[in-house]
Amino acid sequence: MSIWNKLFTAVRGSATEAGEAIVDNQAIRILDQEMRDARKSLNEAKGNLTTVIAEKMGIERKVSELKSQLKEHEGYTAQALDKGDEGLALEIAGKIAGFSNDLEAQEKLLEGYIANISQLKQTIAGTDRNIKAMEREISMVKTTEAVQKANVTATAKFSGTDSAMGRATESLERIKAKQQKRSDQTKATMEFQKESNGGDLQAKLKAAGIVSGDESAKSVLERIKAGKSTGN
Amino acid sequence: MGNEKIQIIAKGLNNVTTEEGLMLASEMVTGEVDMVKVEIQDREEFPVFITMDEDQILCITYLWKENEVNTDKRIELLEAMLTMNVPMPLSSFGKVGNQYLTFGAMGINSSIEEILNEVIVLSDNTLNAVEAFQDFLK
Repeated sequence: MSIWNKLFTAVRGSATEAGEAIVDNQAIRILDQEMRDARKSLNEAKGNLTTVIAEKMGIERKVSELKSQLKEHEGYTAQALDKGDEGLALEIAGKIAGFSNDLEAQEKLLEGYIANISQLKQTIAGTDRNIKAMEREISMVKTTEAVQKANVTATAKFSGTDSAMGRATESLERIKAKQQKRSDQTKATMEFQKESNGGDLQAKLKAAGIVSGDESAKSVLERIKAGKSTGN
Repeated sequence: MGNEKIQIIAKGLNNVTTEEGLMLASEMVTGEVDMVKVEIQDREEFPVFITMDEDQILCITYLWKENEVNTDKRIELLEAMLTMNVPMPLSSFGKVGNQYLTFGAMGINSSIEEILNEVIVLSDNTLNAVEAFQDFLK
């Protein structure tokens, strides 16, 4: 089974009737282990890649050497022929043939290495992606579990019912109500601003419950004293 | 290393007011998973949770559970969510076990500004989704 399939199997959770479990914990444990194994493979593959690249460079050097030796000896053959020394020319030609055959073999080997390296790089990139996918899923599951645990213990703070978390639609209604209230207050404040001068703005806001107007010299001093004693 | 960054995020998103006037309060939540809990004024019932692993920063808001879904309309809901995934900016719909959610993933080196933007967009998307899909819920 490919890693992707294993991931998919793990994420298809088994939620209990009560909706307590997030996903099958066993599946997540397996996924966690898969990820560790994949990371290990990835590091090994990266190590292999480094070795293979070094070997490839060795072959490239050999190819380069052979090419320059070929050229050199072709020069010698020409010189021998110029001198009319057929025997020597033939001998050098024999050497050239040797270099030529070697070069052919090394170039073939180099092709193989290049293809191998390409393959290794693709495998590494693929494994890397798989690891990231598993990581993301594990992160999401662990976070969701942690949040749901916290919500269960906090009980129905907002909804006042037995449900572990407030219902989404009810939450939205409450949010809209808050936003509306805030918008109404802002509107009212602006209207008061328009129709009053500075003095009774404060009184009108207080009457409308928008500000408390509780600050007095005494309360200010008390507040500052309290702040000092807590070292703020 | 990851621990420091997540604390930087917690500080960077705390007592922040966006250009549109949204106020954010953020705090670190430590435990089995280190995460930041971001509460947006008036939207406290849909906090955004931020976690990190080696490669990415995840922002998550929880929508509803399977038991809030009207079983008769479940397929319609799932199709609607898949369809709306396409135009929805930055975030995607997702599901972990019985929990539906919206989430966004970002690179480890994202700036506070980028994360802030992701959080706000995620929050807007969440409210829009709950409103748009409420007919499919019980």
